[in-house]
Amino acid sequence: MASITTQPDLPPKSLDNTTDDPSRRAPLVMGDNDFTSITDKVCAIAAGKPPISWWIAFGAAVSLLSFLGALIGYLVTTGVGVWGNNQPVSWGFPIINFVFWVGIGHAGTLISAVLFLFRQNWRTAINRFAEAMTIFAVMCAGLFPGIHIGRPWLAFWLAPIPNQMGMWPQFRSPLLWDVFAVGTYATVSALFWYVGMIPDLATLRDRCKNKYGQFAYGLFSLGWTGSSRAWHRYEKAYLLLAALATPLVLSVHSVVSFDFAVAQLPGWHTTIFPPYFVAGAIYGGFAMVLTLAVPARAIFGIKDIITDRHIENCCKVMLGTGMIVAYAYSIEFFIAWYSGAHYEQAAFLNRALGPYAWAYYTMVFCNCIGPQILWFKFARKNVWTIMWAAMCVNVGMWFERFVIVVTSLHRDFLPSSWALFKPTWVDIGMLVGSFGLFFTFFLLFCKFLPVIAMAEIKTVMPQAHDIEHEPGEPYNPDEDQADYRPDRPITELEGH
Amino acid sequence: MTQLMDPPDISTSTDAPQKLHGIIAEFETVNDTVRAAKKTKAEGFKHWDVHSPFPIHGIDAAIGIRPTILPWIVLICGLTGTIVGISLAVGTMATDSIDLPGLPGAAAPIRGYKFLISGKPFNSFPAFIPVIFETTILLSAFGAVFGMLLLNRLPKLANPLLKSMNFRRSTADRFFIEVEARDRRFDKDKTAEFLKGLGATSVELIED
Repeated sequence: MASITTQPDLPPKSLDNTTDDPSRRAPLVMGDNDFTSITDKVCAIAAGKPPISWWIAFGAAVSLLSFLGALIGYLVTTGVGVWGNNQPVSWGFPIINFVFWVGIGHAGTLISAVLFLFRQNWRTAINRFAEAMTIFAVMCAGLFPGIHIGRPWLAFWLAPIPNQMGMWPQFRSPLLWDVFAVGTYATVSALFWYVGMIPDLATLRDRCKNKYGQFAYGLFSLGWTGSSRAWHRYEKAYLLLAALATPLVLSVHSVVSFDFAVAQLPGWHTTIFPPYFVAGAIYGGFAMVLTLAVPARAIFGIKDIITDRHIENCCKVMLGTGMIVAYAYSIEFFIAWYSGAHYEQAAFLNRALGPYAWAYYTMVFCNCIGPQILWFKFARKNVWTIMWAAMCVNVGMWFERFVIVVTSLHRDFLPSSWALFKPTWVDIGMLVGSFGLFFTFFLLFCKFLPVIAMAEIKTVMPQAHDIEHEPGEPYNPDEDQADYRPDRPITELEGH
Repeated sequence: MTQLMDPPDISTSTDAPQKLHGIIAEFETVNDTVRAAKKTKAEGFKHWDVHSPFPIHGIDAAIGIRPTILPWIVLICGLTGTIVGISLAVGTMATDSIDLPGLPGAAAPIRGYKFLISGKPFNSFPAFIPVIFETTILLSAFGAVFGMLLLNRLPKLANPLLKSMNFRRSTADRFFIEVEARDRRFDKDKTAEFLKGLGATSVELIED
């Protein structure tokens, strides 16, 4: 029996593991890798000198970040009039950007928590940097409501802090729910990311030659030594965190959608918003994962860890959630017609035919038509078609929030209060600058922290499950049904 | 740190003999480690552990690790979070007559803030559920992370094991069985001999 089990179905040197043989699982780590080579490869990224492309990207990101800082200074010293926000479009770019970034922040926790609970072991290669992406995206998201309140130095009024005015925030308001949801999400995602990283930080600590590095990695790895008793509790904690983060990730974008859906405004007041927002968030998040993963695996030479199959899987998730989003767009129109509410009907006709129709069709093209190329296998394997689809979604999801915020607000019930919204250069500068914030942190993460969850990758390698059984030894389900057995067909388990 | 291969070093290298922490034995594969762990358990040691770069499935049974109480800690933290959420929302939105005791140093007593909005009831419990849910998750997550660290006695920044250069591969690609000197069955020479017999590629004494 052992003879048929140890051979993966594909030649190990090949980097193509996208073909499917239903009787076996495709290997998750390609090439001639063992524990040593995986450790060497991932640690080399953090320990070695970064490639020139990293410096170029970092320079660009830091420039954009300083631009954002200058714009925020300008905003704070001058006032929110520097934005294009007006009455009735009082939300404008800051809230569009907030929803956009929070949406991107969903893919990381989805990959780490939901895919973990579903035993989707391909997550191990991409979960670390998807989680990092989540945290940095949530940071970008948190910035915008903070400066949108007008007097950012009073942002602490959002929190339930006892104060001399005897006032409390309004717990019946979705805007307050948002403070709790996004705050909890940022905290739990950061904990999840950090806990996942402790063993890998210990690996870096033990290999670091530099005094400062040893101190920093030593401090943050908390003295982890890979004790089995520690691993036992660690795995339990990780499982519990995943189980907690799963409803959390679904709740966060639902709560964000309540900001809109609870209002009476035509175009916002719909029950489809929570699931539609969550699907859209995952869609946009996976697009950002691909945007980052496709160049990163080439630049850092980790194509045998983040394999073609990982990229293909992300494409498939994107395709699936994209279909949900497209369905939501069409059902919104159907409900507007079917409801017989003529304000609702007018709002949707205005979306498709009004002054912002160009934004609506950009959104439809980018989200519903452009990425459809991923139905073809050649497109899921070609870097340029993948990047095309991901870029479509990045742009399309931003425009989705633009359509929701601006087209619904600019014309509500009363024609006398209608007005058009026009962004200023500060609006656009802050949107571009927020990418600088995101990429600065992301590039620093790539340089100094383990970009691949080494400890987790090792558990899905065949060498981690190579345990022989002595005759007469009692059957231990833990050893045999370890969740991922790339080297073992299902038929063998039945033999026990 | 002395290789066991040259015993004289242990006693002669230092004037004041160091206190022995334990012995570590190095293994190269998961299979060797699990096999050796089963034999170490059968030998009757109590204070010993396996160190590996990743969690080995099946090692819990081989060592005899009992299930952790962590889920109960998380449950208690989660329930605390629920109570905190309910008290925060109901206490601030639906009470005004009861003065909560002020925090030390607070300028005024903490008081509820009843405010009529759109004629909705003060205690609009369904509207409080999102906040209650989030505080539950938040405190459960704190319980899971800090409970795990507490049970694992982390952070522990000084560890005699980390003095061994060899042991540093335990976070990369090697597996170690550690038998502590405080174990009643521990004997410097016999235990080292025993661990070597299990197929260890190296055996090393660890001093405190």
